[in-house]
Amino acid sequence: MKHTLNLTGRNLFDLDDYSVEEIEKIFETAKVMKEINSREYKKIPTLRGKTVATLFFEDSTRTRISFELATTRLSADVVSFTSTGSSLKKGESIQDTVYTLNAMGIDLYVVRHSCPGVPQLVNKYSNKPVLNAGDGRHAHPTQALLDMFSIWEKKGSLKGLKVAIVGDILHSRVVRSNLIGMKKMGADVVVCGPRTLMPPKIEEVYGATCEYDLKTAIKDADVVMALRMQLERQTEGLFPGLGEYTSRYGLSNKMLEFAKDDVLVMHPGPMNRGVEILPEVADSEHSIIIEQVTNGVAVRMALLFLILGGKPGREVA
Amino acid sequence: MSTKKRILDEKEMERILKRLANEVIEKNKGCEGLYIVGIHTRGVPLAKRIAHYIEKFENEKIHVGSLDITLYRDDLAYIEHQPVIQDSILNFDIEGKHILLIDDVLNTGRTARAALNAILDYGRPAFIQLLVIIDRGNRELPIQADFVGKHLPTAKIESVQVHLKEVDEADEVLIIKD
Repeated sequence: MKHTLNLTGRNLFDLDDYSVEEIEKIFETAKVMKEINSREYKKIPTLRGKTVATLFFEDSTRTRISFELATTRLSADVVSFTSTGSSLKKGESIQDTVYTLNAMGIDLYVVRHSCPGVPQLVNKYSNKPVLNAGDGRHAHPTQALLDMFSIWEKKGSLKGLKVAIVGDILHSRVVRSNLIGMKKMGADVVVCGPRTLMPPKIEEVYGATCEYDLKTAIKDADVVMALRMQLERQTEGLFPGLGEYTSRYGLSNKMLEFAKDDVLVMHPGPMNRGVEILPEVADSEHSIIIEQVTNGVAVRMALLFLILGGKPGREVA
Repeated sequence: MSTKKRILDEKEMERILKRLANEVIEKNKGCEGLYIVGIHTRGVPLAKRIAHYIEKFENEKIHVGSLDITLYRDDLAYIEHQPVIQDSILNFDIEGKHILLIDDVLNTGRTARAALNAILDYGRPAFIQLLVIIDRGNRELPIQADFVGKHLPTAKIESVQVHLKEVDEADEVLIIKD
């Protein structure tokens, strides 16, 4: 089988178009970037003269800041677009917004939107590489990459690891990208949550195991990831109350005893402390939640470097 | 047809490395505050060997680090394959230190330029010296080495390869003409 090990000019819509070797290359590069982020002078001249636009049509704190830091640490320039306070409010379409930005010489776009497929649309109108920073319920591949990198860094590999993901699986784009990526890297993934928040056919489509009982789901797990319980789901009638949710699906020290002794606890953020995860777990020695944020910048630097550096794709055997 | 010509063998390389180690000691009047940094790939084992000789001659411990300059290259937009970046390990604070950079071949000077920028991103050393085994001479930047194993004026179409046991099969220096 042929694959390109050169990522120059590639898009990242989701992890299904990336091979195991390519994902490993991103991890290896992220390791180097992480070292740079630990220096006193956290800046290298690698992408001098390149310009990245972050287009956030939906709110975000950590992802946008993480991308912008990643860009500036590589010495590229960044322009930041948010839909509030922009010409979108005057009725300008996404198409014309992209034409306008493109006319100012953008080299790469980072896109978040509540509708799936907008990153592809931006790529179509701009003809420039696009990194998906979250589109609707579809995908959030850079979050999945940083989650997987965090595990890879601690455990050496994802092969054969049992990863339990707990919470609102139905609405989560983080889960979908993680399922694709983690299965690809050889992990066994168990998803767990209330039936009302579980998408149909998740076992058939993603090859994940589905559990409704938390104890069973995290038994002997190497990694447990809690997802944010979006409070607005309660008014939609998808679960009866936070108290009940916490008692059945909240990660507590008592629950964690069923997992392996060296289990890693993760959360993509933002956290609802006391709802899906208790503070005793979030702040425990098992938790790598804060390190996930640190790794996010390194992984995004790796992606920007690999996609904006070098000449476009050459096939290698 | 490509031709290979061996310029240095194992014994000659060993003598050169010992001489270079002595030159470093002589020029710096000892090795106090000396920190050696090898440039990936072959500069790293060379740095370890030079450090070993200096330690032997002076009976003092020398710190050795390694540096990958990929992210500082000026031809990133032109290279077709994306090189694997290796770890840069500087387990010491370089502020105010005396740094000896080591590489196998000095030619255009562009690698040395990148290495200087990379080092300076870690801090402000007192001064930096450059040691190379082979100086080919086709300079494109105003950069000179402080210590040179052998001057080997070559045409740009030729390539010079330094082989080291740690990375390759033997200790030798070859000129290869395609």
